[in-house]
Amino acid sequence: MIEFAGVHVRLGRRDVLRGVTARLTERRIGVVGANGSGKSTLARLINGLALPTSGTVTVRGMDTRRHAAKIRREVGFVFTDPDAQIVMPTVAEDVAFSLRRRGVPKDEVDRRVHEVLTRYGLADHADQPAHHLSGGEKQLLALCAVLVLEPAVLVMDEPTTLLDLRHSRMITGILRELPQQVVVVTHDLPLLADFDRVLVLDGGTIVADADPATAIDHYRNLLS
Amino acid sequence: MTDLTGVYVPGDSPLHRLPAGAKLLGLLLACTALVLLGSPVALGVAAVVVALLYVVSGVGAAAAWAQLRPLRWFAAALFALQFLIAGPATAIAVTLRVVLAVALAGLVTLTTRSSVMMASLERFLSPLRHVGVDPFRLSLLLSLTLRSVPVVAALAARVREAQKARGVERSLRAFAVPLVVGVLRHADALGEALSARGLDD
Repeated sequence: MIEFAGVHVRLGRRDVLRGVTARLTERRIGVVGANGSGKSTLARLINGLALPTSGTVTVRGMDTRRHAAKIRREVGFVFTDPDAQIVMPTVAEDVAFSLRRRGVPKDEVDRRVHEVLTRYGLADHADQPAHHLSGGEKQLLALCAVLVLEPAVLVMDEPTTLLDLRHSRMITGILRELPQQVVVVTHDLPLLADFDRVLVLDGGTIVADADPATAIDHYRNLLS
Repeated sequence: MTDLTGVYVPGDSPLHRLPAGAKLLGLLLACTALVLLGSPVALGVAAVVVALLYVVSGVGAAAAWAQLRPLRWFAAALFALQFLIAGPATAIAVTLRVVLAVALAGLVTLTTRSSVMMASLERFLSPLRHVGVDPFRLSLLLSLTLRSVPVVAALAARVREAQKARGVERSLRAFAVPLVVGVLRHADALGEALSARGLDD
């Protein structure tokens, strides 16, 4: 469970989030909002990449302010631009990177890397340079690098923004199958169609919190 | 895109099978020998040896050329300068030394996975743990450098295209400012991604 309690985030002179309170228990949760509404900051709060100026964020009972390292082991994060997330030169090495850092034995690293690359259709690219992949394949690689760690929660910040329709649909299909709790910040409204819950942010506050159809209607009205 | 020094080419050659530490030590010895070799004839023999090593590695001509291609203008300028200052024999020797050293370094990275290189470097640096240095972070630095080359090259290509589109391709400022801003943004995002992947645990 993820809980925001009276969360306020101030960056410079700007209040990015203002008094956000929510308890997220559903399996798939979407977050929508106009640019600058605070949705990416909300996502970053979940694994401690951003910290609240006041209020608390807890993930599975742990305060992000005090247990950032533990929380990052439980919460995987996928960024909009996979190029910023891929840190190793080849596909397999990038997926193996985080496992190595956690001291997983080499044989198990190899097995888990092969397994996740096969599951998401990247096994043939294992030894290829990551920068030779297409944008969609890079996003899949970024996802593999997170999922290989088997996080309890997956947070994705606009994962389909840079993708074509085919890869966007692929990500949608993957999200449907994942057993983890997933929080997705997005402008891609069809992606959220069968989610369990959608939050709408505006001006740093939650202005709607409902099922996808109701929340997206509210969002469309807000922007019209 | 140019694969400037450092993209592993899978293979099963003797060079691929050689431990990374041995290759790095060999590179060090070979570069020292290149400095000590004085005559163009001896360096010519060294060039043949390097070419044979590339053949043995089986990485292919394209990968080999990709190691040297970025060096071509620098090598030409170096040769011309040395030719004017010290004559043809020195110009050939100095230029060959640089080109062969780069080719050998390229061969090591082409036949060694960067994770294996990192592990080897970590072992080599492990005594530094006693003075508070994390060998993993140092070896990661090497990997990030290799990984950042194509990212920055792609960014530079995008900036060049944008310059052309706006008709300011001769402006150094129009090239440098967005490139520097882009590189800094990338560095910032990379730092955040490393945190998200647990590097600051």
